[in-house]
Amino acid sequence: MFSVDLIFEAVLFGILLGCFYAAVSLGLSVAFGLLDVPYVAHPALLILGSYFTYALCQTGIDPIVCGLLLMPVFYLIGIAFYRFYYETFEKRSTDTGVRGLAFFFGMAFIIEVCLILAFGVDQRTVSASYIGSSLEIGDYRLPYRMLVAFVIALSLTFVMTIYFSKTFNGRAIKAVGQDEGALRLMGANPVKIKQLAFGIATAVNALAGAMLIIVGPVEPAMDRIYIGRTFCVVVLAGLGSMSGTLVAGLVLGIAESIVMMTLGPSWAPAVSFGLLLLMLGARPQGLFGR
Amino acid sequence: MKYAAYSSLLLLGLLTLSIMSGVNEYFFFAGFVVLQFVVLATAWNILGGYAGYVNFGVPAFIAVGAYTAVVLFKSISAPLLVQIIGGGILAGALGLGVGLLTLKLRGIFFSIATVAVVFILETLVNNWRYVGGATGLQLTRPGDLWFFDSYVRMLFFVMAVLAVFSVTIARYVQDSFLGRGLRAVRDSEEAAECSGVPTLKIKLIACTISGALMGIAGAPMPMYLSYIEPLSTFNLSYSIYALGMPIIGGTSHWIGPVIGALLLATLQQIVTVTVSNELNVLIVGVLLVLFVVIAPEGILGLIKRWKQSSK
Amino acid sequence: MDKMRRKVIGAGGAGLLASSLPSGMAFAQGAPVKIGMSMPLTGGLGAGGQAALIGLRLWVDDINAKGGLLGRKVELLVFDDQSNGANTPGIYTKLIDVDKVDLLIAPYGTNPTAPIIPMVKERGLLLMGNFSFQVNAKVQHDMWFNNAPWGDAKSWSEGFLEIGKRAGAKSVAIFAAEGEFQQNLANGARELIKTSGFTVAYDQNYPGNNTDFSSIIRAVRASKAEAVFVACYPNESVAIMRSVNEIGLGPQVQVFGGGMVGLGFGPVMHGLGSLLNGVLNFNSYVPGMKYPGIEDFLKRYSERALEAKVDRLGYYLPPYNYAIGQMIEQAVNATKSLDHKRLADYLRKNEMKTIVGPINFDKNGERAKPALVQAQFRNIKDNDWDQFKTPGRQIVVWPTAEKQGDVITPFDKARKAT
Repeated sequence: MFSVDLIFEAVLFGILLGCFYAAVSLGLSVAFGLLDVPYVAHPALLILGSYFTYALCQTGIDPIVCGLLLMPVFYLIGIAFYRFYYETFEKRSTDTGVRGLAFFFGMAFIIEVCLILAFGVDQRTVSASYIGSSLEIGDYRLPYRMLVAFVIALSLTFVMTIYFSKTFNGRAIKAVGQDEGALRLMGANPVKIKQLAFGIATAVNALAGAMLIIVGPVEPAMDRIYIGRTFCVVVLAGLGSMSGTLVAGLVLGIAESIVMMTLGPSWAPAVSFGLLLLMLGARPQGLFGR
Repeated sequence: MKYAAYSSLLLLGLLTLSIMSGVNEYFFFAGFVVLQFVVLATAWNILGGYAGYVNFGVPAFIAVGAYTAVVLFKSISAPLLVQIIGGGILAGALGLGVGLLTLKLRGIFFSIATVAVVFILETLVNNWRYVGGATGLQLTRPGDLWFFDSYVRMLFFVMAVLAVFSVTIARYVQDSFLGRGLRAVRDSEEAAECSGVPTLKIKLIACTISGALMGIAGAPMPMYLSYIEPLSTFNLSYSIYALGMPIIGGTSHWIGPVIGALLLATLQQIVTVTVSNELNVLIVGVLLVLFVVIAPEGILGLIKRWKQSSK
Repeated sequence: MDKMRRKVIGAGGAGLLASSLPSGMAFAQGAPVKIGMSMPLTGGLGAGGQAALIGLRLWVDDINAKGGLLGRKVELLVFDDQSNGANTPGIYTKLIDVDKVDLLIAPYGTNPTAPIIPMVKERGLLLMGNFSFQVNAKVQHDMWFNNAPWGDAKSWSEGFLEIGKRAGAKSVAIFAAEGEFQQNLANGARELIKTSGFTVAYDQNYPGNNTDFSSIIRAVRASKAEAVFVACYPNESVAIMRSVNEIGLGPQVQVFGGGMVGLGFGPVMHGLGSLLNGVLNFNSYVPGMKYPGIEDFLKRYSERALEAKVDRLGYYLPPYNYAIGQMIEQAVNATKSLDHKRLADYLRKNEMKTIVGPINFDKNGERAKPALVQAQFRNIKDNDWDQFKTPGRQIVVWPTAEKQGDVITPFDKARKAT
């Protein structure tokens, strides 16, 4: 019924898409997967990154460069968020579950609404030389915007994996999620480490946001569907697994692409959330989790 | 007994209001929404406030109530009461199902799972032609108005009854062994387990009741709007309202969600009419964050503190 | 509408816009005649809605300059519904019960209008439709009068399919969003396709907020369809054209387009530029069509639109919105009343004279004689506003009465044609 060609092209597209999803979920993998912070506002910050990229882009700068420029800004935002969360909730550790969740959920909505008030509900796009044309390989067409996002996503994942396994701070971040006390004995300040992790997670979001608006138009309400995609990737990967994030992203990307081709785009939103529920029900520790 | 007296008096008062002439129709139109939020906030609090399990998937339960009503109305021309009961039963079943799947997991996983349910159900409804799919369905209200002057007035009173009903249930849960068990779960689930509290069972009961009440809040909506479509019915903003109102009002007592809902929903209706839709979400979001940070016990807590300090 | 106000209205979501009024007008005693409506000023239909509103306000100014309706000043109350049907019931309930307006106009577009039809029927109110499509088919409200160039679904797709057939197309691909309008249109086309002897190579619905059409365009290409009929709203039109240019449809496609809303909006035409070439799409007015008084209207409209930084061409909606005003004017002046039943009766039985020609309504409140055209985009360059003002860029190929040129097929050839 479906030609092999069509399926192959869908899988190819799914790989590109999947890497993109992985990169978008990296920040959450760190903040929630490693640090156990209920960072539900992560997708909202992703969209914020997209909009800031859009705003900066209006001055003529290439969107990827915009994303890179925004990273230090978002790093500071991440630190501020974590500091605030720590002082208000973690330190006092009373009822952190409900309040922490409610806090981040509230922040997510506030960010979304502020974006609407600032930019309106209309879709926004950016333009660049690589947006709008595709790479032609025989009968296949791979849009350049997806290839660009794919390359950035891979590089980002690569850099993060190296960071977390080879550098002292990176390994400290991995350690702080597992055993805070031991880390303190090693001479590192857990709060400072967590702060750093959060900052990195949010900085990555800035670049991911730039990728998002390169790949397609964004509107303020998009953070809602990305809650599904990012949490699906993180849960599928298993909390605490960086390389697992890439694999999980690919699984989601290919699954979505195949579903879009066979059942139609109206079923695409259910894929990420369906996979998520499936994992939670069957194997909550994910594919590679601790 | 005092409670029974007060609530009956309130209902009588609202009934009189509904049949009085000279009251602007728009009051009932807006009042319906305010009362709907009383039900939603109260329902949410049964699981969220008493047990500490944050349900982000409020729209899923509302939608199950609403779409069950649509199916019943379209297939057998069911009267409003049947629609409401049907909606409640199915939404309760959804609560039970979601609970069975995820209440064994930690809090945040439950919350994320509830968001997943919203999107999955929305996708299913989007592809279901019979109820209009993504396009939506225009509905004609039946002519039966009981003794009211307009359909909206009748809906207003029905919602008032539902509000009192939900609050009564919440009160019962709070004062019963169920409430004690839920509070134990909230304070420390492990300790509760160790003391022999059947934590999973009571969490499931709370989830079912909570879901069912949200369903009966959603069931009158298709008749209220004469129209139903998935985008607005599954709107995630319902979640922020349904959890913001109890947190702002106070989660430990059944009157907290009522206070939160009455205050915030009324404010919202005024704001929508005069200014904008976005400001609604912003107000609730900001107040929620403020209260969660500064006054976690909500307005009730503030009142308690003020009473204590003035002694 | 200056940028600041537009931001408040657009970003804020709802705002009160009263019409401007030339000073020194004397009106007879009596409260103003209030006309209430919502209009999509932001969101997917926003670009069109803003242009449409300027057309309406021009009428309000004109009528007030003539002394108003029944000697009373006309006031227009407009709220932004954000192209979202969920907002309209609340807005219209407020207009009826709180603002107590005398007359109602529907928002531009099917999707925002559909939810309020049952409500106005129940309350027995007259509603002037504004470019919606088959929105009254199920409810059958008898005081509904839709102002648009089309009639039923056939009137829309039959032109497109006829041209496709003449060009030798035997198979059709059709895809449409899941909104009320897009589905009404697509279903009408689907019926026509069945009876016209085409084979269906591909048929897909997609969610209205879909932004990536790669999978659909790929599938259309793979299906080797020779005619491609699309029913979509403005955001999707833009994304689809970008996707078509990115991925390509294949050399066998003869005609592409049909029901793509938004390709008539000035800003969209300007933004897409050369990406539009070759597309065969419906339209309500293109330069060269002869309607009485329309050129003068467009000139006045353009001045206002430029000031408000809105679609300066204004071909698609503003003339028809001005016509809504003219119809209200004619009915009110003839019946000398604002009674909804009497106005509805008049509108049903009489011919309306407007700047988009004479209009008669059938028993469903839709236009008796459609005035839709199918036009092909050719010779469009990037970044040029003025090119659209001259005939030869949107060449009417159907119906014969309005024909300005022949269609060029296949699609790839038309894209490069000059």
